[in-house]
Amino acid sequence: MIHRNKLVLGDKDLKDITEDICAPIEAYPSKGWLGLLTGALSILIFYVIILGIVIGKGIGLLGVNHPNAWGTMIVTFVFWIGIGHAGTLISAILFLFRQKWRTSVARTAEAMTVFAVMTAGLFPLLHTGRPWLDYWLFPYPNQRGPLWVNFRSPLLWDVFAVSTYATVSMVFWYVGLIPDFATIKDRAKNKIRRTVYGALSLGWRGTAKNWSHYEMLYLLLAGLSTPLVLSVHTIVSFDFAVSSLPGWHTTIFPPYFVAGAIFSGFAMVVTLMTLVRIGVPEFKNYITIDHMEVMNKIIMSTGLMVGYAYGSEFFIAWYSGNPYEKYVFFVSRAFGPYAWSYWTMITCNVLIPQVFWFKKARRSIPIMFVVSIFVNIGMWFERFVITITSLHRDFLPANWGNYAWSFYDGAILFGSFGMFLTLFLLYLRFFPAISIAEIKPVLPVGRESKGGTNG
Amino acid sequence: MAKHGPGGIAGIWLDEHTVVKAAAKTRESGFVKFDAITPYPVHGMEEACGIKRSWIPYVTFGAGAVGLLSGLWLTWWTSAVDWPINVGGKPFFSLPAFIPVIFELTILFAALTSVGALFYVTKIPRLDPPNIDPDLTSHKFAIFIPENDIGYDESKIERFFKENGAVEVKKMAEY
Repeated sequence: MIHRNKLVLGDKDLKDITEDICAPIEAYPSKGWLGLLTGALSILIFYVIILGIVIGKGIGLLGVNHPNAWGTMIVTFVFWIGIGHAGTLISAILFLFRQKWRTSVARTAEAMTVFAVMTAGLFPLLHTGRPWLDYWLFPYPNQRGPLWVNFRSPLLWDVFAVSTYATVSMVFWYVGLIPDFATIKDRAKNKIRRTVYGALSLGWRGTAKNWSHYEMLYLLLAGLSTPLVLSVHTIVSFDFAVSSLPGWHTTIFPPYFVAGAIFSGFAMVVTLMTLVRIGVPEFKNYITIDHMEVMNKIIMSTGLMVGYAYGSEFFIAWYSGNPYEKYVFFVSRAFGPYAWSYWTMITCNVLIPQVFWFKKARRSIPIMFVVSIFVNIGMWFERFVITITSLHRDFLPANWGNYAWSFYDGAILFGSFGMFLTLFLLYLRFFPAISIAEIKPVLPVGRESKGGTNG
Repeated sequence: MAKHGPGGIAGIWLDEHTVVKAAAKTRESGFVKFDAITPYPVHGMEEACGIKRSWIPYVTFGAGAVGLLSGLWLTWWTSAVDWPINVGGKPFFSLPAFIPVIFELTILFAALTSVGALFYVTKIPRLDPPNIDPDLTSHKFAIFIPENDIGYDESKIERFFKENGAVEVKKMAEY
């Protein structure tokens, strides 16, 4: 028999688990958390101001121009929506595969999904240039005919995919939170906390009949989220692949985008989890080095898939014999004006994660933190490479031009982290960051010597 | 406020295994309306209490089918009937291009309706339900027998609970 490592360290019993996970919610916020929140909030306020200027003055403040009609907004949209995918992978797909280790990281990964999708969702809305008319994106009976949306357009598929994804992942997350809110309510010593969490728990009681339906619903939502999450990045990739532009027009895009999304998402999970482990040391018993190692393995394997996709694009460009395809990959992308971004991407996404072949690196918190940051950078550049290097030089040399990167491009990218981190820090303070009700049933794992009991 | 439900007797246990055994015995004793309250889904509790498989999947399937047909109808009616527009010479009813939207609506309907079904069957949201013990959402387990169950006898049940490992027995005015 293969030995199973303990999923929860430190000989906890059921009561300890409740207390450990509720502690950050019930204690007075630490100085570290307040400091981080102040920083994140400042960036968020800066972001709001910058977005106000961009909306007020116009999207021309960004570097978008002819021929680079898609720029930072789209690049950063794809970046954030990709980050969200790891959360759903952990919470839904690994649940279906009965990967019990997912339990302690699922809640926070799902929170990351919800916040990343919220951050991402703003970009296409603002990218339209006239966000006050964004309701035109939805098919509703109107006084212009009614003139309907064009259901043949991948951009419209994206509207449906992203809004469905945002809705379903928020609902999935909330359903998971209901029993834990009830736990916090029952422990609450002051009236306000009792009322707020009582309302959030919706009056959950946890009878055997309720749990029976609840577990079934959880399974169903996992089953529905799995094809959904795969469809979302597939459809995002269709935004590019359905066009006829060399560099975008490839059939490898859907799996390549999904693998890249999981890759970048796991990198963000590792970044956040290393920080959560520092911020709440007690969580080290729940989010163990074993958990981190497994995630690093996923980072390395999806990194290899992404690397394979990079190589395959070159091969197909050569094999197709199409001069425009060959130009985009062999001249423009690898050695053109944006070659620096291409090689940054290759270094961060393909080369650096290779350190995870070594067990020591996979289990070292500082190393995995640094690697995860590089992967995050690399995956932003991947979207930059796909968008800009394909657009800036297409069929007609008369059409060529570089992206006019401006202060506002950088400010929007930087500011979006303020929004994400503010939401995430508030989550860590007010929501149970590990699922209390889900971690308890996996407590016996690796405790076979004690007869598999919870004690 | 209206009465939530019938009163009855609740026993409290400290261990998962003994409460599952006690639940099975409660069922063997002929009680049918009893329920177990646990902080997390306990393996074997459904069998012990004789709970049938949840019917939510049928709702999911039905709602998914409705979502699929609504998506199909929406794309077809808007693109081919109400105001057909020629886009790049494609057919007005271009089914392959409509599949992503139909798919997303299927998932959306199925997921939201299933959650609605859970809310319906577990009677949530509700304000401030009666609570046997606040630790039942943390580390204690309970079995509750309502007073309208067959063969309800307070002193008998109290003895029965104690014999089967209950650490505490509580009388509830309503639950």
